[in-house]
Amino acid sequence: MIRKSNGPAITENDMTPMIDVTFQLITFFMFVLNFSEAEQDERIQLPSSQLAKPAEGVVEAPITMQLMANGGVLYAGEIVPVEGIGGSLQRERDIIIAADKDPKRATVIVRADGRANAGDVQRVIQICQELGFQQFALRALYKPD
Amino acid sequence: MRYILSRRRLKKVEVNMTPMIDVVFQLMIFFMLTFNIIAPEGDFDVRMPLGKSSIEPPDELQLPPIQVRLSSSDDGVLAGILMNGEPVADYLDLRQRVASFVDVAIESGASPNDIELEIDCDYELDYINIIDAITAVSGRIEDGRLIEMIKKISFVPLKKMP
Repeated sequence: MIRKSNGPAITENDMTPMIDVTFQLITFFMFVLNFSEAEQDERIQLPSSQLAKPAEGVVEAPITMQLMANGGVLYAGEIVPVEGIGGSLQRERDIIIAADKDPKRATVIVRADGRANAGDVQRVIQICQELGFQQFALRALYKPD
Repeated sequence: MRYILSRRRLKKVEVNMTPMIDVVFQLMIFFMLTFNIIAPEGDFDVRMPLGKSSIEPPDELQLPPIQVRLSSSDDGVLAGILMNGEPVADYLDLRQRVASFVDVAIESGASPNDIELEIDCDYELDYINIIDAITAVSGRIEDGRLIEMIKKISFVPLKKMP
C-alpha cells in the first residue's frame, strides 16, 4: 500500500521568546557598558580599602603613575625605572603649562601595586613635587567590608 | 453586507523579521566585545607641597603632627608600628589611638582640619601597609556612616635610598 504524501510542510517557528531574550541581553550589556578610559593594568594589583573614595567629578589634568611590584613605573605603555620618570613628567608639566593650566592644580594619580616598595612610591611623589605637582591621589580598590 | 465582503478580502501580513534580528544580533555582538568588568577604585587625596616636613618647626598655634612610624623587615613585611614613639599593636589599635587623639584635640578647641599626620616608613616596606595605615587614620565607619578623622596626611621625606 502506497501512502500518499501530503507535500512538504511549512514550519513556522515562534521567534518571540528568542527576541525577548536577545533584547534583555542587549539591555544588560547597555547598562554595564563602560566607555571610561580608566588607565588600568592587570599587572598592577592595587591594595584595597573600605575608605577609598571614588573620584568626585572630573579630575583636572590627571597624570597616572603606575608602579609595578618589581619597582618599574608603567608610564604611557612603557616600563621606566623610578629615577627615569623625571623626563616624562617634565614633558607632562610643559603640556599642562602650554594649556594655560597650573601644575599645582594637576592631580597625579598613583596606582601602585600593593607589593611595591613604599620608598619607590615616595620617590615618585618626591620627583613630582620637585616639578611643582602638589595634588596626589593614592588609588586603591574600593572594597566595603 | 459590504462590510462582510471586505473582511473576507483581508490577508495576513507577514512582517519580515530578518533585518531586525540581524541588527539586534550585531548590536549584541558589539556590546559583548566591548564588555569589560572594571573593579571600583577609589582615591585617597593627599596634598603635599614640596618642603613641608616635620623638620621645620611648627607654628605656635598649630598642633604638632601625629607621627606614625612603620618599620619593615628586609622582605617588606610590616615589623612594627609606632605612634608618637609608642608601640601600637596593629592598624585597629592605631585607629583607636588616633580617634581618641582627635577627640581630645577637638574637645580642647582644635579644628579637625588642623590635625596633621606624618607617615614615616622604611623604603622596603610593602606599599599595601601605607594604604592600610591611611585607611586606619583617615576615618572609621560607625553604623554605616563614615566619620572622618585625619584629613591632612603627609610623608616624612626619604632618608635613605636602597
